[in-house]
Amino acid sequence: MNLFRGIVRRPWRTAAEAAALLIAAVVAFPLYWMVLSAFKPAGEIESTTPRPWTPAPTLDSFRRVFGQQEFGRYFVNSLVVACTVVVVSALIAFLAATAVTRFRFRFRTTLLIMFLVAQMVPVEALTIPLFFLMRDFGQLNTLGSLILPHIAFSLPFAIWMLRGFVKAVPEALEEAAYIDGASRARFLWQILFPLVFPGLVATSVFSFISAWNDFLFAKSFIISDASQSTLPMALLVFYKPEEPDWGGVMAASTVMTIPVLVFFVLVQRRLVSGLGGAVKD
Amino acid sequence: MPWLYLAPALVVIGGLLVYPVYQLGLISFLEYTQAQVSGGEPTSFQGFGNYARLFGDEQFWQVLLATVLFAAACVVSTLAAGCALAVLLTRVRAVPRLALMLAALGAWATPAVTGSTVWLLLFDPDFGPVNRILGLGDHSWTYGRFSAFFLVLLEVVWCSFPFVMVTVYAGIRAVPTEVLEAAALDGASQWRIWRSVLAPMLRPILVIVTIQSVIWDFKVFTQIYVMTNGGGIAGQNLVLNVYAYQQAFASSQYSLGSAIGVVMLLILLAVTLVYLRLLRRQGEEL
Repeated sequence: MNLFRGIVRRPWRTAAEAAALLIAAVVAFPLYWMVLSAFKPAGEIESTTPRPWTPAPTLDSFRRVFGQQEFGRYFVNSLVVACTVVVVSALIAFLAATAVTRFRFRFRTTLLIMFLVAQMVPVEALTIPLFFLMRDFGQLNTLGSLILPHIAFSLPFAIWMLRGFVKAVPEALEEAAYIDGASRARFLWQILFPLVFPGLVATSVFSFISAWNDFLFAKSFIISDASQSTLPMALLVFYKPEEPDWGGVMAASTVMTIPVLVFFVLVQRRLVSGLGGAVKD
Repeated sequence: MPWLYLAPALVVIGGLLVYPVYQLGLISFLEYTQAQVSGGEPTSFQGFGNYARLFGDEQFWQVLLATVLFAAACVVSTLAAGCALAVLLTRVRAVPRLALMLAALGAWATPAVTGSTVWLLLFDPDFGPVNRILGLGDHSWTYGRFSAFFLVLLEVVWCSFPFVMVTVYAGIRAVPTEVLEAAALDGASQWRIWRSVLAPMLRPILVIVTIQSVIWDFKVFTQIYVMTNGGGIAGQNLVLNVYAYQQAFASSQYSLGSAIGVVMLLILLAVTLVYLRLLRRQGEEL
């Protein structure tokens, strides 16, 4: 009865909530289908009457994925690349953002514009010169050839976003710290860093995703040593345009998506407040 | 002192971004094919020869037009979906809000390669559920030029609207509720509140998400590359980014690929200038 009265009294809110739930279901459907297909037995995926459930879930596809090649190794490689990029670029971006917000100096505005312009650079087009650069430094076929460019490409956006967070920390706090006898380094790492941390989390989402997703650099720079390959490459092995092994592709996709999902759920709160903080300034 | 803090960033960006951009420009003026890469032939200066070849090629103009239209369609759809859902989020109670938020974060978190293959399976003519639901039989979505672009657009919007939604939602939450209540008391409709109250207050945020969307959607690579298998039948679904890559690495025309990269860079630079002017007009200090 209560529910009914609620619907009568607030028809618009009920409609809005129904719409929100429906849209949530539609948005989540591809992910559901991915996991479902990963657990379907081979015969059922290749059925012309696909069912939205499976009577006989199986781990066959996962076994194929983990068994066929050095999938575990690719997984670790991807994790190493993404985590290194996140940590290193966060530290560098923190220092740079502090410099451009806490100090006034010549070329400051020029630098800021440069960071903005640097975001526009189409990463994929740079594959060509980067390939020659990596070759000349003997970095081809190493994880370094994936880590270094991704640090460089995630920095401009990270610095640009972190500015707002550093700016939000009152100057008075800095003065108080110095009066209390804190050194510059102490203020930077023990006071400013923890305060800016939510912002670092929000920016790290972007660098994590770009490094985790990358398959162009992996495809172009890891050319002859398969042991240095990363997950996206391993996934595409199953994906042959003419006759894809859908079970394998979906199982590999599931394995590849889960770490990012975990990461997102962990930082979810900070992400929302972080984005709010970044755009408010 | 500030330069000390900036040093690591400048070294990394200088070495791995600025220098490659310089090289990209350089290569675009040279003759650079497989022969030069292996050192068999010396490089030779071509002046604007590569650009002349590029601009004389009809396919380049077609790809450029397709890129601009496709990016524009992606940006408009993403912004519309993101803003509408952000407003919807403020109208509902905690449970539906959490459901929509989690679903959106899931789509956001999905790697581009993964998302592309999943959407291909969903729309697969033989085994996909979408054709069954819509009763389309074995209609192939990747065969026609427009339907292939449309399919990629759906995937791009799916994975990029969450950024817009979350950011705009965070922005709306920062607007004082009194302002919205006052507008509602004065009898303003939902649309009117959005247009006359929220949109102006959210302008800085909207500018940021628009610019970011333009940058990202203009550079879409993975989705096109995976979903249309490297640019579609006879290159019908090529966009500049994939076109440059194909020219460079598939055809070993490194100088031509670089010239395309330079053209992309210049277009995005023009967008940046517009952005900076918008910022300045708002009287905002960098």
